[in-house]
Amino acid sequence: MESQVQLKRLTEDTLSASLSGSWKLGDDLPTAEDFERQVDAEPGVRRISFDTTELTIWDSTLLIFLMAIYKFCTGKGIQLEAGGLPEGARRLLQLATAVPERAGARKEFKREPFFAMVGGSATSFYHSLVEMLDFLGQSTIALLRFLTGKASFRRSDLSLLLQESGAQALPIVSLISLLVGLILGFVGAIQLRLFGAEIFVADIVAIAMVRVMGAIMTGIIMAGRTGAAFAAQIGTMQVNEEIDAMKTLGVSPVEFLVLPRMVALIVMMPLLCVYADLMGILGGVIVGVGMLGLNPIEYLNRTQEALTLTTFGIGLFHSAVFGVLVAMAGCLRGMQCGRSASDVGYAATSAVVTSIISIIVATAIITFMCEVLGI
Amino acid sequence: MTPVPEIIVKDLDMGYGDFVLMRDLNFTVHRGDIFIVMGGSGCGKSTLLKILVGLKEPSRGQVLYGDVSFWEIDPADREKMMRRFGILYQSGALWSSMTLAENVALPLEQYTNLEPKQIREIVSLKLSLVGLAGFEDFFPSEISGGMRKRAGLARAMALDPDILFFDEPSAGLDPVSAKMLDDLILELRESLGSTVVVVTHELASIFAIATNSVYLDVDSRTMTALGDPKTLRDESPNPNVHKFLTRGEEG
Repeated sequence: MESQVQLKRLTEDTLSASLSGSWKLGDDLPTAEDFERQVDAEPGVRRISFDTTELTIWDSTLLIFLMAIYKFCTGKGIQLEAGGLPEGARRLLQLATAVPERAGARKEFKREPFFAMVGGSATSFYHSLVEMLDFLGQSTIALLRFLTGKASFRRSDLSLLLQESGAQALPIVSLISLLVGLILGFVGAIQLRLFGAEIFVADIVAIAMVRVMGAIMTGIIMAGRTGAAFAAQIGTMQVNEEIDAMKTLGVSPVEFLVLPRMVALIVMMPLLCVYADLMGILGGVIVGVGMLGLNPIEYLNRTQEALTLTTFGIGLFHSAVFGVLVAMAGCLRGMQCGRSASDVGYAATSAVVTSIISIIVATAIITFMCEVLGI
Repeated sequence: MTPVPEIIVKDLDMGYGDFVLMRDLNFTVHRGDIFIVMGGSGCGKSTLLKILVGLKEPSRGQVLYGDVSFWEIDPADREKMMRRFGILYQSGALWSSMTLAENVALPLEQYTNLEPKQIREIVSLKLSLVGLAGFEDFFPSEISGGMRKRAGLARAMALDPDILFFDEPSAGLDPVSAKMLDDLILELRESLGSTVVVVTHELASIFAIATNSVYLDVDSRTMTALGDPKTLRDESPNPNVHKFLTRGEEG
């Protein structure tokens, strides 16, 4: 049977609506608008009653239809007589209309004026800057306390972190820096071959790797690998109230969580960087000997001549700075983490982005300083 | 014995930024009380607890411990006062990278000069007090939610605190475990003479343990009742308080 609704005038001011057929989700149903138009066409209606003897089966769609009519009728001052409705539908309708919508409860999405938005971002930038400086200060104090042997943290945490951010990073550092060495070698080889100066590939690879690329590559690997892990670990502790528990037990989270992570990275980054330098040079050897047919001894001699202690020192300085930056970014974002699961994800992402940006900016600053100082 | 005031809350307002959650809170917790902070969800019970234990600053007003105004003293002094507190967090908040024994031992290592052997003994004692003897080397992720809470309590008691704070102790526990925790709270108060502040909306717990309580009303944004919950249930003229304490079933 077709699902439909028919209006019939019972008395002077009363309409009867007969619902018939199946009223289920997916059925072809009359709309509330049609019904309202029909009611509007009848003058002087004060009351609507229902006849549902022909109604075979119904679900929430009937209620939605009735709710729409209910709203329409309340607006027009027409009285609805629910008596003719199925028992279940009547009770559900009563339940749905029992608590009137709370005024102001519905969320309004207002577009903020442009200047308010600019002001808002400016103040939040200021606050995040203050937060960052505060964190920087606290970590510096913690580091000083560590150097004077007064900081309280667990030695076992530190050794575990040293292992995690040192030895366990070797495979990926090997792969990446070997490939970067190879790439540098190739790029140099193509140009230098034009002048018959293939041997200078050794210079290019050695200087580029040792002075800056080794440090940058380890920095970026550690940002993605360890910085993100720091942020996620500390962030999850924030979600679980573990950081609150530390604060109330008087255990400083900065000393207990941030300090060992910072120390681990400051110690491990330069070591990893030296290792990355070696792997990069090895990559250069592969290109020089394998592709350009250079003598390996000759290549290594050339490399040795190209490298100075200053170059090596600058590389190490870079990596120590990156160690601090990656550890700080990871821990800061972890400590700032909100209280939900998605906040942890955000903290990890934000830690990586912050680390990489600060690594690149720091490289630019250090390079510029070296240029000015002539080293 | 005349009751000694332990915590006095004076004209306290709390909120986040411009938003005021509760205003004009005034109540006193006496020594040896089991004081319940109750109210519907979202009324600011947990926020009040955070203010009492030093995790969040109030927007206005004072929290007095004895005659010291907790939020007006130097942060370092405040931290020292916080050592007198034991806090059981809603989820236990055990440090997940440490075993139960290490969790309980950490505050002891921080503040005492005890030998490792003595610390181990205290840890075993505290764990057996909460019924977790033998679980020293388990990690928090390896035990059930109820056990985690009890382990959290063992940690909260590590330094023999004067005041114990509980944030929703029975939330997420089955009725039997919840009852066990209630009994434990009563037992601890009896034997250690600690003051206990409990944030909860579990009626069964409230009637079982409370000696005094405050009701935070979410609609009027302030406290609307103060006193023994059993008396409040029978005599409070405030309809919301009455409804809360009778699950809305009577009257």
